[in-house]
Amino acid sequence: MSQDVSTEAVLEAVEPEAAQEAGVAKKKLGWGFWLAVGWIVLIVLLAIFAPWLPLKDPNENFIDIQGKGRPPYGPSADHWLGSDQDARDMLSRTIYGARVSLVVGFSAVAFGFIVGGTVGLVSGFVRGIFDKITSFIMLVLLSFPALILAILITSLMERSLWTIALTLGILSVAPVGRLARAASLVFAEREFVLAARTMGAKPSHIMLRELLPNVLIPMSALALLGTAIAIVAEGGLAFLGLSVEKGSTWGKLILTGANSRQLEEAPWIAFVPIAALFLTVMALNFAGDRLRDYFDVRELAL
Amino acid sequence: MAGTGKAHLRDASDILLRVEDMVVEFPVDRRSVVHAVSGISFDVAKGETLGLVGESGCGKSTTAKAIIQIPRPTSGTVNFQGTDLNTLDDAELRAMRSQIQMIFQDPIASLNPRRTVRRIVSEGLVVSNTTVSKPGWALLGLAVILAVAAGFTSLWVLLAGLLAGLAGGFIILKGVFRPSIGGCSDERVDEIITAVGLDPVEAAKRRPHEYSGGQCQRVSVARTLVLDPEIVICDEPVSALDVSVQAQILNMLEDMKERYGITLVFISHDLSVVRNVSDRLAVMYLGKMCEIGDSDLIYAQPAHPYTQVLLAALPDPTNPHAGAVDALDSELPSPINPPSGCRFRTRCPRAEAICAEQEPQIAQVGTGDQWVACHFPLADGS
Amino acid sequence: MNSPKTTGVLLDVNEYSVGFRTERGLAQVVDKVSFQLERGSTLGIVGESGSGKSVLNRSLMGLISSNRQVEEGSALFDGEELVGRDRQNFWGNRIGMIFQDPMTSLNPVMRIGRQLFEPLRQHLAMNKEQATERAVELLTQVGIPEPKRRLRQYPHELSGGMRQRVMIAIALAGEPELLIADEPTTALDVTVQKYILDLLGELQTDIGMAIILITHDLGVARGRTDDIMEMYGGRVMELSPSEELFSDMSHPYTQALFSAIPRVDQPKHTRLTPISGAPPDPIEPPSGCRFSPRCVYAQDDCTTTLPELRGSDEHQFACFYPVGTDASMQARSTNTTRGHTATGLKIQTAGTS
Repeated sequence: MSQDVSTEAVLEAVEPEAAQEAGVAKKKLGWGFWLAVGWIVLIVLLAIFAPWLPLKDPNENFIDIQGKGRPPYGPSADHWLGSDQDARDMLSRTIYGARVSLVVGFSAVAFGFIVGGTVGLVSGFVRGIFDKITSFIMLVLLSFPALILAILITSLMERSLWTIALTLGILSVAPVGRLARAASLVFAEREFVLAARTMGAKPSHIMLRELLPNVLIPMSALALLGTAIAIVAEGGLAFLGLSVEKGSTWGKLILTGANSRQLEEAPWIAFVPIAALFLTVMALNFAGDRLRDYFDVRELAL
Repeated sequence: MAGTGKAHLRDASDILLRVEDMVVEFPVDRRSVVHAVSGISFDVAKGETLGLVGESGCGKSTTAKAIIQIPRPTSGTVNFQGTDLNTLDDAELRAMRSQIQMIFQDPIASLNPRRTVRRIVSEGLVVSNTTVSKPGWALLGLAVILAVAAGFTSLWVLLAGLLAGLAGGFIILKGVFRPSIGGCSDERVDEIITAVGLDPVEAAKRRPHEYSGGQCQRVSVARTLVLDPEIVICDEPVSALDVSVQAQILNMLEDMKERYGITLVFISHDLSVVRNVSDRLAVMYLGKMCEIGDSDLIYAQPAHPYTQVLLAALPDPTNPHAGAVDALDSELPSPINPPSGCRFRTRCPRAEAICAEQEPQIAQVGTGDQWVACHFPLADGS
Repeated sequence: MNSPKTTGVLLDVNEYSVGFRTERGLAQVVDKVSFQLERGSTLGIVGESGSGKSVLNRSLMGLISSNRQVEEGSALFDGEELVGRDRQNFWGNRIGMIFQDPMTSLNPVMRIGRQLFEPLRQHLAMNKEQATERAVELLTQVGIPEPKRRLRQYPHELSGGMRQRVMIAIALAGEPELLIADEPTTALDVTVQKYILDLLGELQTDIGMAIILITHDLGVARGRTDDIMEMYGGRVMELSPSEELFSDMSHPYTQALFSAIPRVDQPKHTRLTPISGAPPDPIEPPSGCRFSPRCVYAQDDCTTTLPELRGSDEHQFACFYPVGTDASMQARSTNTTRGHTATGLKIQTAGTS
């Protein structure tokens, strides 16, 4: 007889409308969400329009021994976020670094979602041999240590933006695929799918019109989180010296400032890109969480 | 009671649906099989309501799904307006689907939670008209090519690929989420939504979870009506609803039946509800047909012991059959290994040796439309 | 075995209310409910979803652990006040409870025997041999064949009806003074339902316990209870001995419910009289009588004043225009003439009742 009954369960059992009203109030996204979105939008815009902004050249060395002594220079009117040990402007390097980091992050996630999501959705609905094969492949991908795979790929190919994005993309196929498959399985069992079949829907129709809109919800919440993970992953790769060869990324910037001498004397060299990375990842995580809560009404019940 | 026999099938020309010797079996593991439905036959005339009753495990829901061929029965014929549905291939079957529709037990789960109610109702029309946008696919294809090419050229190619992909995806998804409805007027959809008792303007804005169970069931009915079916199979449509709402939905079903000229097969475990809506009644037990015929006759004077048990078990003590028999206290036999001969014999107060050896055949009771499969049917006064 | 008193009032509930604080306001789910339960008798609590019957029950038992709950009024169990008291440890073996879905009330990963032992060893301090013997006794009492074998089985190995019987056995393990059955047969087939209800009746005679039977099915309540308390919108609408509720129904809601139910003794295609509208919002209920927006008799005072329970001690109802009285017929004809009730509910002039 030790049964705990929560308010929501009681209210729902007794008065669905009341429970709904009580829950509706929860559904606002909140100002934090919009703040996070604002930061993301800002960073993206800065990254896209970088060449047209009044920024210093990120690769030029602004050495000014007479005026300021030897680099690294601290934050000043000349260099808003300071410069690194080769007198390159931190502000512009960070913004230019955002370009690669963000592109890598978004493309990797896009690849993972499109490939993984599609495969997962179809597997969950079709089942049978197709499902068995794809599940096996996903399992293999998941079991593979991510780092080893990254090292493997990057050591075999030229380390360009494309290959790094592809690597991270491949790594994200399996977790997304599993989520999509799980969601697809749940929804495929529901009566509205059966109802669609009784109306004469073809399997392609069912997958696109009935399952996809429902499966997209948990997946889109995951998309933002996934982007955050991809960006951090790129940072990690850069730290190991495995990221893109040309151009700067946040990870590479952090690496530049990460040895103990710089950290002691000129901590901003590392901390500026770290801060940028941190804020972006946190914004993505937070927004992703809030989105998940927002959509997590009784409709989902995964 | 073992429902074999087709003596009760009628010859009349207005028979819409005729099921003969339907068998549905599900393999459970390599050796055993669940005998969900084992050789039942019945027919439904145009404009009639056939009530199909039985308790859990009797196979009534399985029968319903087998009629619409989801999944196809293991054997037997399902004859709809002269065509045996079993002989149709998938494409032909899909073309016929609009004629036989179904309403489900859980009102909210049978509606797509992501869609507005009005779109759900008009969904049937979309089903027959969906084509995924070709320009959308073309753009996606281009995107893939560009993305691959980007590996060998430059970042800009990758960006162009991403853009093409986004555009293509957007077009396809737009087609997926907001398809243009061909074939039927908005007026007809609105008319049907109003006919079932809902407001079309609200319906265009709201999603299923904003409606109550009763309202969702109305939506289900509207959805089937849009397709202009001949037969609607109702699988426990009011079991999940409150008493007062139940009455609303039952009345609405009767109204729709009259207005749109549909024939109903009404499946339920609730004998009082079935009494109210049905012209004819079929009682099932463990995959077999016990008794079938005019519902007035059966309710007044059940011929099969199981029917009598069901009627006697109705909770209201003022029901005319209360106290006629004692409650059954043994368990339902397993459908994997059902009893030989008459399947009801293990719980039947009238069972004799012959019941284990020989399956009873359906035979007429008296001279009216009442048929029973029993070696010792209840006669007048017993 | 304790020797119980066999007469007197076991449960005395007075103006008992339960609300929940929500973002929109206080949801008054149970509103000043009063009733008395005699020892050894059966009370049926009847209501649809939203009536508050389940919350009333669970709240009385102390099963709702939410800090948003607001409980008021008084409920005396055998003279001891429940409200304001921590009830988790109060009941012991004085109460047994069975719920609608035996699959979720029984622990699916625990064998039946062990689940039976819990109350026996916890409340009655039996050792293993005594507990086993008693468990077998209980299973036999509820009509489960091969009880010794069942002790070692898991809930999923039993059918729905059997699981419900096991729940009853567990509930009765401590020979309680009160058994609360919350929709015990709703999920079961009608033949199994009859068996379970008959069983409860027999057990009541054997043990001498009181039963509160909560159901939405008037037919179930009719044959199996001494008194029926009908709830709507958290309030008591009518409270009377069972048969009198049907032979002499006083509240319009009772009458409406009765007309909405399909009956076996009515001919096919009988037009049912549904109750239009929907249950009231517990946060913003209608002013005056909660049923007034759906009541065909509603007059102006129904919308302004909340009717208290009135009538005789035996048969109480909360209505200014009880069915069958002159006032009621007057009210009905007023509404029919003007085409609508005081709350705007349209009345068809070709009146069907």
